[in-house]
Amino acid sequence: MITFESVTKRYPDGTVAVDRLSLEAPTGEITVLVGPSGCGKTTSLRMINRMIDATEGRILLDGEPVQGIDPPTLRRGIGYVIQQAGLFPHRKIVDNVATVPYLLGWDRKKARGRAMELLERVGLDPALARRYPFQLSGGQQQRVGVARALAADPPVLLMDEPFSAVDPIVRTNLQDELLRLQSELNKTIVFVTHDIDEAIKLGDRVAVLRVGGTLAQVADPKTLLSEPADDFVREFLGHDRGIRRLQFVSTEALRLRTDLTVPEGGAGGASGEPWLLVVTGDGRPVGWRSGERPGELEPYGTFVHGRDSMRTALDAALLSPSGCAVAVDEEGRVVGVATRRALDEALAEAADG
Amino acid sequence: MNWLLSFFGWLGEFFGDADNWTGSGGIPARLLEHLQFSALALVLAMLIAVPLGLLIGHTGRGEVIVVVSANLARALPTLGLLVMFVLLLGASSIWPVIIPLVLLSVPPILVNTFEGIRGVDPELRDAAYGMGLRGGQVLGRVLVPVALPLILLGCRLSAIQVVATTTVAAYTGLGGLGRYVIDGYATKDYASVVGGSVLIVLFALVVQVLFALLQRVTVSPGVSRRLKVR
Repeated sequence: MITFESVTKRYPDGTVAVDRLSLEAPTGEITVLVGPSGCGKTTSLRMINRMIDATEGRILLDGEPVQGIDPPTLRRGIGYVIQQAGLFPHRKIVDNVATVPYLLGWDRKKARGRAMELLERVGLDPALARRYPFQLSGGQQQRVGVARALAADPPVLLMDEPFSAVDPIVRTNLQDELLRLQSELNKTIVFVTHDIDEAIKLGDRVAVLRVGGTLAQVADPKTLLSEPADDFVREFLGHDRGIRRLQFVSTEALRLRTDLTVPEGGAGGASGEPWLLVVTGDGRPVGWRSGERPGELEPYGTFVHGRDSMRTALDAALLSPSGCAVAVDEEGRVVGVATRRALDEALAEAADG
Repeated sequence: MNWLLSFFGWLGEFFGDADNWTGSGGIPARLLEHLQFSALALVLAMLIAVPLGLLIGHTGRGEVIVVVSANLARALPTLGLLVMFVLLLGASSIWPVIIPLVLLSVPPILVNTFEGIRGVDPELRDAAYGMGLRGGQVLGRVLVPVALPLILLGCRLSAIQVVATTTVAAYTGLGGLGRYVIDGYATKDYASVVGGSVLIVLFALVVQVLFALLQRVTVSPGVSRRLKVR
């Protein structure tokens, strides 16, 4: 656990970057620091590994004040991922990943073996190990950055806007990958971002900071969205706070109809329903058939029942002219259809809290 | 075409003369002298300028030394400096000539080493510290390898300058290839002037090639980007 005890960072010119911040980042969880520029989120992060030293207050790492630890020693025990990856251009990827093991005095073979294992773990082709950083794309470099931070298996990981310099599709992949890694590794992660959507997606706890370096609110994402502490947090969360809250509402309770599917090639449409879902022999969706134009198939949207959120289900419904969302299992086979009425009921329930 | 004919005539006369290949005034001896003076001056200059440039670039302290040295290098007349030292110290040893040669080669190395280290991406420096490297490790394992092309460029510029200036130094009585040009000119022996000049040009070219090879061997392909991107 990382504990901030009334930590202040004041620069010699009198600027206060962080103002009496008290915060806990629990072991094995992702704590996200989020806020506009100038809120001191990066400064706060960098005080944990002493890249910046606090002016007042204490930061404890599992109860031990970091101010008492020699900075290089402290940093070798804390993974650190930065925005542009910051890979060493003159070293091959495998040696970049093995940086900290080398510093800790591991022998070359063991360090490289560990590096190869991590490259695979973060989803990179082992063939990339012999390349140099300039030969990799931004997203690949960022994965190498994560692998490098994990190389010596530190219990704590600090991530400073690690995904903000890559394009949105790659960013989404990297975020999903981080969540997958975290479910295997259970590190104590402190993650800095200015993107509230990223904060809500990744954080077990989200700390919203305001300009001047004070803490506005710290809560789990669901609470943050439903009960913002004040106007600043409300405004920072943005206008579609309600829609985003649906991300935390399960589709488990969503009522599904199973009588709206017809097999591919088969007849149908005589049931009096305006829309029927055409399904392949092994249960995969093909398209919606309207009663008015039975010859054409219309697009459909799917969600994984029980796993995806109501936000995904609603999105799936809006993708189709039928207004219904197709519920599938993990293998992509249709398990039922959520009609507008079913969605409406679930939304009403979600709104009640 | 007459001048071309006489040029090759002189060349043949110079290189064809068996006396020019032996003894203390022969080509091998003069080449060796030239090499010794140049190398000594360059090595001394590197020993002074590289560590100083690394230190100033890494700590950010003493930048004024770099600025002053760069300005002096532009302001000081090469020959004037040489003559001054010889007049002050006498011509009894090689040092009155070596010292100004060193002084002239320090600035290019110092400026380029400093700029190389200063110019390293601050994010990279930050990442290196963040991984837990100590100050000296950051310098030695990250900053120097990344700045190496510029450091070598400084050394190459100085090397060329030293080779050229060593030629001029023959004027003060020093040996080396410059003797052929200076003495030849004084005695209207144009074969000696032309032959000496060609030798000096070849010498300078060889130095260039050696530095290109050195760069190739010491700079990481990740920094020089010699490889295909993918």
